[in-house]
Amino acid sequence: MATADTPINAPGQTPHQILAAGMRWRPIEIVFWLAALLPFVVAPDYLVLASQIAITALFALSLDLILGYAGIVSLGHAAFFGGGAYTAGIIAKAGWGEPLSGLLIAAIVAGIFGYASSFIIARFRHLTLIMMTLGLGLLLHEAANSAGWLTGGSDGLQGVRMWPLLGTFSFDLWGKVAYTYSLVVLFLLFLVARRLINSPFGLALRGIRENPTRMPAIGAPNNAHIRKIYTIAAAMAGAAGALLAQTTETVSLESLGFQRSAEILVMLVLGGAGRLYGGLIGALIFMVARDQFSGINPQYWYFWIGILLVVVVMFLPNGVLGGLSRLTSLWRSRS
Amino acid sequence: MLPPALGVLFDGFAYGMLLFLLSVGMTVTLGMMNFVNLAHCAFAMLGGYVTVTLMNRFGWPFFATLPMAFLISAFVSVAFERVLYRRLYRASDLDQVLLTIGIAFISVAAAAWFFGTIQQPIQMPSYLRGSLNFFGLNISVYRLFLVGTGLAVTLLLAFALEYTRFGAQVRAAVDNQRMARGLGINVDRTFAVTFAVGSGFAGLGGALAIEIVGLDPSFAFTYLVYVLIVVSVGGLGSIAGSFAAATLIGISDIAGKYYVPQLGAFLIYLVMIAVLMWRPAGLFGRR
Repeated sequence: MATADTPINAPGQTPHQILAAGMRWRPIEIVFWLAALLPFVVAPDYLVLASQIAITALFALSLDLILGYAGIVSLGHAAFFGGGAYTAGIIAKAGWGEPLSGLLIAAIVAGIFGYASSFIIARFRHLTLIMMTLGLGLLLHEAANSAGWLTGGSDGLQGVRMWPLLGTFSFDLWGKVAYTYSLVVLFLLFLVARRLINSPFGLALRGIRENPTRMPAIGAPNNAHIRKIYTIAAAMAGAAGALLAQTTETVSLESLGFQRSAEILVMLVLGGAGRLYGGLIGALIFMVARDQFSGINPQYWYFWIGILLVVVVMFLPNGVLGGLSRLTSLWRSRS
Repeated sequence: MLPPALGVLFDGFAYGMLLFLLSVGMTVTLGMMNFVNLAHCAFAMLGGYVTVTLMNRFGWPFFATLPMAFLISAFVSVAFERVLYRRLYRASDLDQVLLTIGIAFISVAAAAWFFGTIQQPIQMPSYLRGSLNFFGLNISVYRLFLVGTGLAVTLLLAFALEYTRFGAQVRAAVDNQRMARGLGINVDRTFAVTFAVGSGFAGLGGALAIEIVGLDPSFAFTYLVYVLIVVSVGGLGSIAGSFAAATLIGISDIAGKYYVPQLGAFLIYLVMIAVLMWRPAGLFGRR
């Protein structure tokens, strides 16, 4: 994997010190999360977009857990996103519009899907693994397409009605409640991811990414680790999908599609895979750019994504964050 | 009409030959360099557009456009290989996937820009239209032509790989790239030529596919999925595997759509997952 994060084998530190150092809050992180509150004051007209960004960031974060940390390249991660979205949508349509329990159920359902498929995923590496994730994703897409009585088929799921959040805040047209809700869920799940990554389990995942044959030799159960993180990532993606279904009150077939899986991969890599903030920054840049270019025909928008991908792979192998950290380390070593 | 079972079998086989043409280049290049080229079908699409342009804009006959589809796809692909791909041979799967998905995105947008998003119409010459009556069975002439081309290409490739000096070099590089280098084989050049020939066949496949499945800018992604399935089911680096897998996938797709339409495209994904669960390296794969 060409993903590099803070060096694990810093000299003269015990593993516990390294993990503890990872858990410490740096000032820039606090600035980042405070800046996430800015849209309420600075751009109240863009709160709907802001909530979409928060949801996409959560989705990218879930992919980062398996791709950036465990090294599982997935071209079918949207299966869990769409699975969560459909679960939340169908529950609400069936008459139970309570958002929080819907979110929880959707995450659990996506997690069960993830757990079931993780037995397949853990067996493969390289191209076969990519094909498996792609195949499972396409299978679920076909299933949702043909089960029109349940999912609305290619027309999408219509008629989702949500109850007010916590019984008091109803979802408004300007996205105030939607953004608050998405941001809070994103932040809480981000804390979970942060805790996971800076734990011995997180270190073991990075070990699997770097050398999958050596890890069993030092007694680490690779398959069990991969199954665990895959299930967690699937549940997280399901939660992101449920947020989207609840805040937009529709689910489209496209939320399961290959395009969605490819897009989220692009965002993560653009931001920097294997970094906690990589998916968040990538989603932010991607979504804002798409909003700005939305006047252009979507066909041509993909042209720019293509150019962007080629440039990132050729010149920014660790994404925007990797490029920034290289710049800062250059600057530090000079002064 | 043919009795359904035989007719379905023949149509599936013809479709399989098309998939074989599209995927054979990718099988060999993947087996040789382990390079995941998701832009492979973009080169196939290029071949299709070459044929459409030459026929509709310049009035060339259908058969004259086929070699051009092959040559132009081959030349364009080798230009990409020399400029971009070769830098990433030692990079991770992820980087290769991203670069080539990027190129595929660009090709889709470029095709939409130059030709619009509509299906491209072409007029087949009269001797390829209609159907033959064969012992009371109706066989579409074009599909027969497709089967013939597919079998001819298979024989040609099998012969070239087995009995020529270049073929021996390709086999050596697929088996053990480092050892082949050690023996003084210029693997980079062998690879570039193989890559060009493979993309050329993809371009030819793209040109032949227009009559069966049509041509629009989404071709690069729609058929990428099929090609990847054929490659992974057949096993990397094996032409026989690619042939067997293309036939299997072609027949299951047509049979699935004919007998159980409510399953849609389900069947081929199930076939792929079943085969890979049984043999993770594919039917004929060794690794």
